[in-house]
Amino acid sequence: MAIFVTKILVMHELSIAVNIVELVEEAARSQQAENVSKVVLEIGTLSGIEFDALTFAMTEAVKGSLLQKAEIVYDIIQAVGVCEECCHEFPTDDYFTVCPVCNSMHTSFIKGKELKIKSIDLVTND
Amino acid sequence: MCGTCGCGEDDHITYRIPGEVNLTHVHTHTHDGLTHSHEHAHHHHDHNHPEAHQHTHEHEHGHSHTHTVTLEQNILSKNELIAERNRGYFEGSQVLALNLVSSPGSGKTTLLERTIAELGKKIDCTVIEGDQQTMNDAERIQKAGAPVVQINTGNGCHLDALMVNKAMKQLELKRKSILFIENVGNLVCPSLFDLGESRRVVIISVTEGDDKPAKYPTMFETAQLCIINKTDLLPYVDFDLDKVKAAAARVNPRLEFISLSAKTGEGLQEWYNWLQKLHS
Repeated sequence: MAIFVTKILVMHELSIAVNIVELVEEAARSQQAENVSKVVLEIGTLSGIEFDALTFAMTEAVKGSLLQKAEIVYDIIQAVGVCEECCHEFPTDDYFTVCPVCNSMHTSFIKGKELKIKSIDLVTND
Repeated sequence: MCGTCGCGEDDHITYRIPGEVNLTHVHTHTHDGLTHSHEHAHHHHDHNHPEAHQHTHEHEHGHSHTHTVTLEQNILSKNELIAERNRGYFEGSQVLALNLVSSPGSGKTTLLERTIAELGKKIDCTVIEGDQQTMNDAERIQKAGAPVVQINTGNGCHLDALMVNKAMKQLELKRKSILFIENVGNLVCPSLFDLGESRRVVIISVTEGDDKPAKYPTMFETAQLCIINKTDLLPYVDFDLDKVKAAAARVNPRLEFISLSAKTGEGLQEWYNWLQKLHS
């Protein structure tokens, strides 16, 4: 169902949080799980997510869901840029990514855009 | 209260064509911890569920097991799936779909009015308008002569692929036309949500700071074209065109630029050429 259409969409982190809950619940139900005890998320430093806003949004989004008591683990992925001219790889924290070796502006990211549910721990009863 | 029909739902998204009563009305509501939305024609019915749906998850016998499932799933995968459906539809019907993003007040609607009046003589133009509230923009577009649907997102800060999917079903998109999707005025949130567009166009105006690309890099990184609007005001403001282009190019070296004034018409031909080249 259309969960993008959420109750209060004042910030995009909340719609991200609602998406997380929906995807995890779907996966949990497909395996007949009673609830979810842990969710591991991968969030890149350049994913466009304000981390504090997401953690706040998650506390609201899990209410009344199978994730209500789940431990939410946030794996923050440090962004890594790569130069398209000289192939040098370098850690970076922003979008202004001039290659530190050859000064080329033609750089892209090989890490740091992650916005992923890595794994979930499901609790099932006999 | 719902501003469209006066019913009690606080949060809703509406899809309306100016001059018509709203055709579709999407309500989101929650019961038993599940939020879901549905659309219906404009009538009222009660959303209360007289019977409780709760049931316990406790079992007296047996014991519980925990196992880890690797999902590796993109959080925005649902949006991306719908965006790809939209994109497939646009490709199949040879519609050039553009996602126009900017801060509020950059002149998106004025640019569209002028584009519809001028380029619209040669190419069919259709518009999806996104705003939190009001039909103002849709009414302006309709006056300019293009079919339009207004999406009011309520509290929403961006359009998503599903909203566009619903809105385009209310438009009779012609083959080989251009669909302009005017996103909610916001330089942050819309950058994450693929709508299925062919190109993303970011618009800034010279009355904004020339450090916009540095402040809001995500939007400039994901766009293919940057329009710098209101160039007629350049003599009166401290806005350095070269500086803003250099700042944006650092974020996105492939970004194209067109400077124009939707008011005086300066630079508009370049914009039309850009559109016609993609359209052909």
